[in-house]
Amino acid sequence: MADLTLRVNGSEKKVSVSPETPLLWVLRDTLELTGTKFGCGAGLCGACTVHVDGSAIRSCSTPVSQVTGKSITTIEGLSANGLHVLQQAWIAEEVPQCGYCQTGQIMSAAALLAKTPNPSDDQITQAMNGNLCRCGTYERIRKAIHRAASGGAR
Amino acid sequence: MSPLSRREFVGAGIAGAAGLVIGFYLPHKGAAEKESFSPNAYLRITPDNKVTVVVARSEMGQGVRTALPMILAEELEADWKQIEIEQAGASTLFGDQTTGGSASIRTTWDPMRKAGATAREMLISAAALTWGVPRSTCAAENGHIKHAASNRSLSYGDLVAKASTLPIPSDVTLKQSKDYKIVGQRLARVDSPAKVKGEAVFGIDFRMPGMKYAVLSRCPVIGGKVTSFDDKDSKKIAGVSYVGKISDSAVAVVAASAWGAMEGRRVLNVTWDEGPNKDLNTAAILASMKQAASKKGVNIYSAGDPAKVSGRKISAEYTLPFMAHAAMEPGNCTASYQGSKCELWAPTQVPQDCRDSVATAVGLDSDQVKVNVTLMGGGFGRRLEHDYAVEAALVSKAINSPVKVVWTREDDMRFSTYRPASIHQLAATLDGSGYPVALTHRLIAPSISGQKGQPVPNGVDPDLPDEAGPVYGIPNYSIEYVMTETPVPLGWMRSVYALQTAFALETFIDELAVAAGKDPVQFRLHLLEKDQDLPYFTTMWKTSRMRGVLQLVADRAGWGKPLPAGRYRGLACFGCFQSYMAEVVEISMENDQPRVHRVVAAVDCGQIVNPSILEQQIQGGIVYGLANALRAKITIEKGRVMQGNFDDYAPLRMEETPVVEVYAVPSAEAPTGIGEPSVPPVAPALCSAIYGATKKRIRALPILS
Repeated sequence: MADLTLRVNGSEKKVSVSPETPLLWVLRDTLELTGTKFGCGAGLCGACTVHVDGSAIRSCSTPVSQVTGKSITTIEGLSANGLHVLQQAWIAEEVPQCGYCQTGQIMSAAALLAKTPNPSDDQITQAMNGNLCRCGTYERIRKAIHRAASGGAR
Repeated sequence: MSPLSRREFVGAGIAGAAGLVIGFYLPHKGAAEKESFSPNAYLRITPDNKVTVVVARSEMGQGVRTALPMILAEELEADWKQIEIEQAGASTLFGDQTTGGSASIRTTWDPMRKAGATAREMLISAAALTWGVPRSTCAAENGHIKHAASNRSLSYGDLVAKASTLPIPSDVTLKQSKDYKIVGQRLARVDSPAKVKGEAVFGIDFRMPGMKYAVLSRCPVIGGKVTSFDDKDSKKIAGVSYVGKISDSAVAVVAASAWGAMEGRRVLNVTWDEGPNKDLNTAAILASMKQAASKKGVNIYSAGDPAKVSGRKISAEYTLPFMAHAAMEPGNCTASYQGSKCELWAPTQVPQDCRDSVATAVGLDSDQVKVNVTLMGGGFGRRLEHDYAVEAALVSKAINSPVKVVWTREDDMRFSTYRPASIHQLAATLDGSGYPVALTHRLIAPSISGQKGQPVPNGVDPDLPDEAGPVYGIPNYSIEYVMTETPVPLGWMRSVYALQTAFALETFIDELAVAAGKDPVQFRLHLLEKDQDLPYFTTMWKTSRMRGVLQLVADRAGWGKPLPAGRYRGLACFGCFQSYMAEVVEISMENDQPRVHRVVAAVDCGQIVNPSILEQQIQGGIVYGLANALRAKITIEKGRVMQGNFDDYAPLRMEETPVVEVYAVPSAEAPTGIGEPSVPPVAPALCSAIYGATKKRIRALPILS
């Protein structure tokens, strides 16, 4: 066990966990931020996507000791009121079905838009290809990203 | 904590201070064995003008928390913005609460409408009495009763007290489709905001004070058992508080966190008795099915007599593998066992089965077990099982503490219940133009229900009536089911036997069309040209409605119009869960593999409740069906499932996902299933397109094996 300090969604959090614990489980079980999901535990599905210093990473495969001192953003901290332009676009395009993968999808999309404000279809595919959705919402995800990129209009 | 606790309201009629409560009834499966006349869902209007609709089906992404209340709200003439949703847990008040078989809308359509209409009529009466005017001069509109002549209006909340004193009318008039204001609208799903904010509570997200986490070590060999275990390394892992055998085939590792439990399991040393299946493998399973194929089967559809028809004959055999659901949320369940009672928070399609099987497992009566239904990260039939609930209850009892059992992805893949492998033998006798005048389809597959010890009336798996019916009005047509057996655990996976049946039948029809040198659409339209009713168990399949979806899909896909160089089309149609579906798949070939660019789908599912949700279901079903067609294959070696994660059992990703266009035949018929019917036509349509591109006929799935 180790006492670590994490910067999550803008605040400092002290946790006492094994340093090799994946960030995912520290977020979910220790900090009770359950918007970040467990899907595969192997970096294959993207359900656990969060931002570390602005980049999308798979928290299920990232030991917590690697992210101390870095800025971690989860879906809960993506926007102050849950109304990030992507979250609005997701609602407007009626993207979620079961919804389980969507927080990870939104975090991947947010990292994309932060670097590429107006992505092409190919850039969207490249950025989003690591995020699985078994409900098959990919087409609406693509539309929602385009919608968000164009400032919310269609 | 759970918002799901306020669910059991007593009795029909009046609930005092709670306001107006309307009970309603549902004709459910096996009406004789359960409370066939107890109320099964409720509407509650309170004086503060809140209209609460209880949803007695589980939300796994298919939109029931939005669509079912829409049906009730329509007849109630409610203001949709007033509606609040309450999820029912397992109860004795709701009839059969199973969520499956694309049945949530079709089985609640009548009771939901009647409940809304009954309340509406009572509210009208209450207003008429309040104002002392004839009922006929009052009308319900947007959450109010209005008296136009005097320009007076009362909200539903204002009328609760009066309405509660009135007798419940037994016979109410339902609205006509043309007057619908809510049903048929693209209303936003009620669950979207919480889901995009990360606030939605799925089973795996539920937590309660004092809750521990458990993962289970299960015998990797099907049917194997625990001989002994050594937990000394597990107990060295920080947070691990318990290791113990909780059933013949599983050892539980309990810790203060899910990760701790997984780590504890990683170093747990279990000695297994691998049992009778330790040498089982896929090749042997298929060989035994082949052997069984020569057995006489049970006829499940019969027209004319194919044996008496002479002419040119064509036959073919098709093979499909075991498949796994692989929902995004791995299995899990939280249980709190407290001696004389047990409460569960379960992502489940079968809250009542969870209740009953948990009661048996921990030695309680069913009424001592309370099951709360959480959101589900996909179901696809996997959560029609109740293994996760039983495990959670057993662990909670063993450690005398609330516990959440979590499955890893590998657990989910290796300890699933799989879509049955199947073999299909099809044969046709052709007329002079190459059209089949006789067709036989022998479906050789193990029975899901049979394996589970459930009734299999007359040797017919009880799912086949929804999933293996006739499509065409061929005058001599026989469908036969040959039941086989397998030790591989079987489950109901999205569209169940319809995927197998449609792949075989529609690929065969495509082969016949090619052999006849005819266009596949025209070929099918010829087989559907007469208006015929094809009786199949309780469904009357209509050739006119299948013709309708075929013509619609051909029209919208531009069938017959030239495609760009290198593009190919394929088509298939099928009917299941009482709905009609046709799909055109457009592909190109890249490195000998199909790339699917576009899928056009046409559906006739009767009255549409919410077009946006309908499109979601069809788009999703097609993506699911494509993954099934291209790659889904579970194999067994040495009694073990060989696949473990999304690398060796790979779902579709965005890069492979086509544009899907959805068109529906306008209809005021009662709504029919929509969660599953889009899945079965995908594989045969895709294989037809591949044949067009390569002249190679695919008779076994998956395509990329």
